Amino acid sequence: MSTTNYIGKPTSRVDGPAKVTGTATYAAEYQVANMAYGYVVSSPIAKGKITKIHADEVLALPGVVQVFSHENVPSLAWFDRSYKDLVAPGGSPFRALHDAEIKFSQQPVALIVAENFELARYAASVLRIEYQQEDHETSLETQRAKGYEPGAGKTGFQPPPAPRGNPDKAWEEAPHRMEAEYVHGAQHHNPMELFTTTVEWRGEGKITAYDKTQGVYNVQQYLTKIFGLKKDDCRVVNEYMGGGFGAGLRPQYSAFLAVLAALELKRSVRLTLTREQMFSFGHRPHTLQYLKLAANADGTLAALQHHALHETSQFEDYTENVVNWSGMLYQCENVKLGYQIAKLDMYTPLDMRAPGAASGSIGLEIAMDEMAYAAGLDPLEFRLRNYAERDQNVDKPFSSKKLRDCYHQGAAKFGWDKRTQAPGSMRNGDGKLMGWGVGGGVWDATQQKAAAKASITADGKLTVSTATGENGTGTYTIMSQIAAETLGLPIEAVTFKLGDTDLPESPLQGGSWTAASVGSAVQSTCAALGEKIFKLAQKMDDSPLRDAKFEDVEFASGQLRLRADHSQAVVLRDVLQASGEAKLEADSSVMPNMVKQNGYSLHSHNVVFVEVTVDEDLGTVHVTRVLNAVAAGRILNLKTARSQVLGSVVWGIGMALMEETVMDHKFGRYMNHNFAEYHVPVNADIHDIDVLFVEEEDDIVNPLGVKGIGEVGMLGVAAAVANAVFHATGKRVRDLPVMIDKLL
Amino acid sequence: MNPFTYSRATAVADAVRDKASHPDSEYLGGGTNLIDLMKENVARPTHLVGLNKLPLADIETLPDGGLRLGALATNADTAWHDEVKSRYPLLNQAILAGASPQLRNAATNGGNLMQRTRCYYFYDLATPCNKREPGSGCSAIGGYNRVCGILGTSESCIATHPSDMCVALAALAPTVRVSGPNGDRTIAFDDFHRLPGNQPEKDNTLEPGELITGLDLPAKGFEKNFSYLKLRDRSSYAFALVSVAAGLELEGNTITDARLALGGVAHKPWRDQEAENMLKGQPATEDTFRRVAAKVVADAKGHGSNDFKIELAKRAIVRALKQAAEGNQHAADVFLNSNP
Amino acid sequence: MPQHPTNSLANAAGVAAPPPTSPVQLTINGQQHTLQIAPWTTLLDALREYLHLTGTKKGCDHGQCGACTVLVDGKRINSCLSLAVMHEGDEITTIEGLGTPENLHPLQQAFVDHDAFQCGYCTPGQICSAQGLINEDRAHTEAEIREHMSGNVCRCGAYVGILNAVKEVVDKK
Repeated sequence: MSTTNYIGKPTSRVDGPAKVTGTATYAAEYQVANMAYGYVVSSPIAKGKITKIHADEVLALPGVVQVFSHENVPSLAWFDRSYKDLVAPGGSPFRALHDAEIKFSQQPVALIVAENFELARYAASVLRIEYQQEDHETSLETQRAKGYEPGAGKTGFQPPPAPRGNPDKAWEEAPHRMEAEYVHGAQHHNPMELFTTTVEWRGEGKITAYDKTQGVYNVQQYLTKIFGLKKDDCRVVNEYMGGGFGAGLRPQYSAFLAVLAALELKRSVRLTLTREQMFSFGHRPHTLQYLKLAANADGTLAALQHHALHETSQFEDYTENVVNWSGMLYQCENVKLGYQIAKLDMYTPLDMRAPGAASGSIGLEIAMDEMAYAAGLDPLEFRLRNYAERDQNVDKPFSSKKLRDCYHQGAAKFGWDKRTQAPGSMRNGDGKLMGWGVGGGVWDATQQKAAAKASITADGKLTVSTATGENGTGTYTIMSQIAAETLGLPIEAVTFKLGDTDLPESPLQGGSWTAASVGSAVQSTCAALGEKIFKLAQKMDDSPLRDAKFEDVEFASGQLRLRADHSQAVVLRDVLQASGEAKLEADSSVMPNMVKQNGYSLHSHNVVFVEVTVDEDLGTVHVTRVLNAVAAGRILNLKTARSQVLGSVVWGIGMALMEETVMDHKFGRYMNHNFAEYHVPVNADIHDIDVLFVEEEDDIVNPLGVKGIGEVGMLGVAAAVANAVFHATGKRVRDLPVMIDKLL
Repeated sequence: MNPFTYSRATAVADAVRDKASHPDSEYLGGGTNLIDLMKENVARPTHLVGLNKLPLADIETLPDGGLRLGALATNADTAWHDEVKSRYPLLNQAILAGASPQLRNAATNGGNLMQRTRCYYFYDLATPCNKREPGSGCSAIGGYNRVCGILGTSESCIATHPSDMCVALAALAPTVRVSGPNGDRTIAFDDFHRLPGNQPEKDNTLEPGELITGLDLPAKGFEKNFSYLKLRDRSSYAFALVSVAAGLELEGNTITDARLALGGVAHKPWRDQEAENMLKGQPATEDTFRRVAAKVVADAKGHGSNDFKIELAKRAIVRALKQAAEGNQHAADVFLNSNP
Repeated sequence: MPQHPTNSLANAAGVAAPPPTSPVQLTINGQQHTLQIAPWTTLLDALREYLHLTGTKKGCDHGQCGACTVLVDGKRINSCLSLAVMHEGDEITTIEGLGTPENLHPLQQAFVDHDAFQCGYCTPGQICSAQGLINEDRAHTEAEIREHMSGNVCRCGAYVGILNAVKEVVDKK
């Protein structure tokens, strides 16, 4: 037994005390000397040109330092490629203050810099800008005919696989059929922390940008290319991020503008966007989905078609995998998947928690419910009859897939067997209509290249670092757990550092790949350090490990000992002290093992069971009970992983019942651009949520066997809510969110 | 937010004088609405008269059996006041249905009456709005108007009054006490807020410089049979799509007195006295309530994305009257009527 | 086509000058501070930008999220919708006044134990709000605590943990 086994344990967050005391430092909270404040002026129109900026009136105000606009922005990088970030879609990235052209409502058109925040805010409100307005088009519905198939371009995007079988014929000939369109509105990430960049001017063209981002290296390469900076002169730091959900994957215009101002003014600058401006830079696109399913008499799927259309901007082809999942979640020989985008006069959409799959699972999982009812089958039973043993999209086996166990264990724990099939047939204790619905999904288990370094000092303190991020996922904690367990140290002896381009490179924090990618690098680096420690230990006087091989020893409980005989041990701290070394270091970089992975489909899965109550007269819906069963490989920390799934369920409930950013097409402008009218769930919306992990042993996905947990838990939640509403009321809502008016 | 000066008044007369001597000035109570509007550049006062040290925070019983609510008593202190809880539980519930605990701790009773609409266009300077900028046009008509009104609207404005507290007040019919440059006066609550007509920039009937000092509730509080029903897009911390304040007096199953007011549907808290009269003398049955509900919305007009409010209001009225007739509601420390 | 192509409030008459500053005395976590600020400085910005007490967060700046919750004379309010100048003579308590990493307040400990947060940005506001809830002594059941914690948005969706953490401390009272 060891006291230093942490992996899998529900360890409390190591950064918890900092967060609960307000001492964790977010991007807007770095104190730098002689700082000026920026404030962005946003366009009131969706399309047109700026004809005049009356900057002189504002510059006359004492304390206003500068007004930046396209009229005075210095010569910057010329080519589009300089503005491409690591996850930029195809096309020409938006350049703030580049020219007089307005491409979307709320486009940043000027940056005020002033001696204090209040003055910058005021100056922004009185800056007169004249525009020449042009006709805009912001309605996806009117552009259906202009949808087109995007090319590859964005990292991670895969066009739908080629059709298989004969879906049209199979549909025509099947005994049970359904077809329907499903719609959801645009949604905005709305992390609690506003986008902020504090740029510290370090003199002689050197800066440190404390920036809210999911990838410090992504921001660094972006800034260095645009401003012609050397990497050493452009350090990017983000130690804590107040939520990302994808909003921080691409460098935001706040970072560009703050750095522009700092370099021009040779002065430190802080720029924080407003909540309203948080609606100006990317969203989960408004998506139209058309599904056409057919089932055989035995309840097997005869045909499946899934087509999706969503918007993009005029300047970039934003893509996400909406429909591909439908070719692999269920067994079906006749499948056709289609995916199109259409250009509108708005900003480019942006990956938002489980991009593509969260949307696609709305269409697929409501359609599966409709198909089950049409075939006279329980919706869970229907899924079981169509269980996919192989990934038919790529014709490969799954490296591991315990979705069937999720179905069975989840159903048992939820009490699904007590469900009666007929809509409107169940009521709760108060006589209210009650409905039970099911949904689920599949998500990529991905590993990216990552590097880390580790050092241990003579007092037995271990520091491990890499430039990953902490946006609430628990990175500090799980990396500390991996490091502590690998070197047999108490977690209190481990310091994990992240979010700094002075540290080894890690991938963007997204795609649920951080645990797999960074975790593997941390483990590998600590193992490399362990090997160095082992060599020193062998050199100690009378070392009990003198004749041992590295494979024969283990690090545990602060010791290095023989696996076969725990009494043959040395205390870790003694090793360094005996060696006379003050510090021992190691670094390593880990790539996914493509050879090992190649023959397999690597995915996580979930199923979610939802109970709703519905007031049949008033149309109010409450999600009273949720059980989310997740198969995502090994779980590194039951506590933080559970929180990720709980949060995903809350997101799904928001998507199902209230979240929608509404565009007024007359103005081409989102109108509910605030937290009062863009509703996200509050505490009173959330009731019992249960999380069940069905762990999978999987040494193919990565050495740690983890698949990532930040996104899979959201899949199918919104659909399960809508399905539960149908079960409660008999009303099939295909246009999310399910708000009061749709149930009257 | 534009530049302004600030002074802190210590007596009502000083406050009124200070306000009168500064053009473009505003009274500042809790600030929860005014400061928000100033940040949005919708309100642009150049001087603020700080009220929070004025001695107007008391709640006291009146000789006629009524209750005086100081204008500067916070919404929270008012909701939880023993007299309010025991005698005006409808007010207790309406206040607690609104905003959040933090906002109710800062917001004052006077300020609650002065709240401005939550219409999207009123708040967004990029769009025309007759209430914000008279003559510029109403963007909500023909636009996105989920939060907008269905009753008493005009061609100039379809905004709604956002308060919950005021819906209960409309039902309870207090008088509003004001002090102004021309002395003190009272305004019947029903006359305090106005319909938009062709002057939507005017929310109420206060004369320039007048300050709300308190509200006098009449003795009758409908404490046995009442309901505050609020329907919104999430379970808490959201403005009402439709809300209903109902108060009944019953003899056996016969209604002897009734009050009925709606929120979220009009430019003012919408009390319908004809509907109240229809209820009087009638049996407290669902059939009665349906007829009354149909009458309340008979002249309602939807504007597209708020069409549903007509049917929703009808159903909410029936439900609220039923709850009131059942008489099993009580004042509480927490508003929980949106529970599953 | 709407013809409203300006979002500026300025007119030809010109732009009013910034307001003068004056000393404002604030008592925060038992300490007296004197700030030289204009009336347009909110309590939130005074805390964060002038006093560097950044535990209080700005999430929306419009009273719509609760991240800026502080206690004024023991009562929770949104510091973003309050001017600093309104609080001369008040006792203001921020998250920094409740506990330190080495000496956590019972609510802070309960939040860590129940994993009642993820990114941590709404957390100081949640905890100050919970302290306000406890001071009010109005919410005791789960349903009541949920409702009375609904003025604090958590986008990570840690509401289950928040409920359990607050309930634990409420129950111990």
